[in-house]
Amino acid sequence: PPAHSHSDWIGPPDKHSNLRPVIFYVPPEESALERRLREARQEAQASNQRFWARHNRAFRQEKEEFVYSRLKAKGLEMRDESGQKATLNAEEMAEFYKDFLNKNFKKHLQYNRDWYKHNFRITFLMGQVALVRALRWLRGRKKNVEQ
Amino acid sequence: GLFVWRLRNAAAWKIPCRFVHLYHVASNRLITFQYFNFLKRMYVTQCNKDLSQRAKPKSDSIASPFHELQQLDQEKKVVHKISSVSPVHQLWSEMSSRNELREMKSAAETEDSVIPVGVESKEDRQWKEMKLRLDDLPGILARLSKIKLTALVVSTASAGFAMAPVPFELTCFLLASLGTGLASCAANSINQFFEVPFDSNMNRTKNRPLVRGQISPLLAVCFAASCGIPGIALLTLGVNPLTGALGAFNIFLYTCCYTPLKRMSIANTWVGAVVGAIPPIMGWTAATGSLDAGALLLGGILYSWQFPHFNALSWGLREDYSRGGYCMMSVTHPGLCRRVALRHCLALIGLSMVAPVLNITTWTFPVISLPINLYISYLGFRFYRDADRSSSRKLFFCSLWHLPMLLLVMFTCKKSVLEKEDKGDLRGGSHEMAMEIRLP
Repeated sequence: PPAHSHSDWIGPPDKHSNLRPVIFYVPPEESALERRLREARQEAQASNQRFWARHNRAFRQEKEEFVYSRLKAKGLEMRDESGQKATLNAEEMAEFYKDFLNKNFKKHLQYNRDWYKHNFRITFLMGQVALVRALRWLRGRKKNVEQ
Repeated sequence: GLFVWRLRNAAAWKIPCRFVHLYHVASNRLITFQYFNFLKRMYVTQCNKDLSQRAKPKSDSIASPFHELQQLDQEKKVVHKISSVSPVHQLWSEMSSRNELREMKSAAETEDSVIPVGVESKEDRQWKEMKLRLDDLPGILARLSKIKLTALVVSTASAGFAMAPVPFELTCFLLASLGTGLASCAANSINQFFEVPFDSNMNRTKNRPLVRGQISPLLAVCFAASCGIPGIALLTLGVNPLTGALGAFNIFLYTCCYTPLKRMSIANTWVGAVVGAIPPIMGWTAATGSLDAGALLLGGILYSWQFPHFNALSWGLREDYSRGGYCMMSVTHPGLCRRVALRHCLALIGLSMVAPVLNITTWTFPVISLPINLYISYLGFRFYRDADRSSSRKLFFCSLWHLPMLLLVMFTCKKSVLEKEDKGDLRGGSHEMAMEIRLP
């Protein structure tokens, strides 16, 4: 993002977590409240990034292992004559999906709790910041009117 | 069958979005055709307020018609080797190299080293300023409120209104529709607010406004409040308190029960089916002011319809659900998934039989609706037996036209109020009178 910009910038989805990273603008006269908001957002972003990158990587890896072990059991190679990667059909993969979901259930419950907490906190702080800014703007206008 | 075939072969993308035509499914056959086409194209079709379950079977074929045409050439692009893992702060420096990457569509065929979440257009790969542009706002809010789904919800509510055995009052109808629409917008916005990281990871939902940072969460919540509160107030004060209460309850059910439950237990599907069943009940209570057997029957029909519709759809999304952590029957209890779908297809036949018993429709309704109900049950049986992608898709697409058609037939077979007035020997016209003569 350009150096002169006064707003946050959001980027394309991360290749591992599929989340879009945000670069936060730090205004020179950032109030304590605004700083708390920014830090909360950064923390949430980092935590989400960690979770999803790790989770997606685990998914990919375990999927590969599953496909490999199944193909081996069937006596097939990972790639056939034309060099195409051999895949299992949907029904065979379904077993993997079921296992993966069940295995990660607790992890997801914990993540959900964390995510909801972050989300509410950030939104609440945003509300406070917006309110403060609105009051400041109103006060500024009142002063202009009086002058 | 013919309809479906025609729709499938129509060059759907040349027709622009026609949701404006979606006022009154029951009133005009012409509109119904456009409705089908619209449904077909958008794959949205369901009256349950949640869209995330209703993703299309193919990945990414919905993004936009133009998008699709462009992608046809890109489908064969070779994937560049993707550079090593990098945490968020390093991504900024690699931004320029990433701008050259292309990702292949469709997880099944890819040879990627990462989980592809669909093709990104050039625009998507750029860094964007997070500033709200006012001219973009209507489009953003439309997507936030899932406006097309809202339109479908409103149309089921209006079907409920139309089926109520009272003289038609236009103002009441319009107020009820508007109120329902606003409530639906609010519920959908809150749903998206809750699901940002999950939406980012699923193909169908990764282009939502909150995911892309086009709008802040605060604004999304404010929008939801500014739709929900006037919507419910309108229903409570402008229509009747019962409808308002149902609307508020439905918003609560959808946002606070269904949305979190999706990640905790398969019971979410049943809760979601109730969410979808409530709008026609609201339409009915808006017209009559009371919750009676007819309302519950209509709700029951919609409740049952949700299952073949959703279960068939979710069959093709098992990978995304598994990775995303969504607890869906298709992933964890596949046998149950198919059994329930079949069960409810058959239930639809039964419910259609009950309609004339409750004096809502004449006896021609079960007769005429039998073929379509039998057809969907047949497809439900095929899905139950074969449990494969093709049978799930057939069932899903059938459910798309089955519901509007069923509602339309129901409306045309509606027992006229006049007929009943003759029987009851009362003068027509007054609202209260109409209510009294409804049931023997």
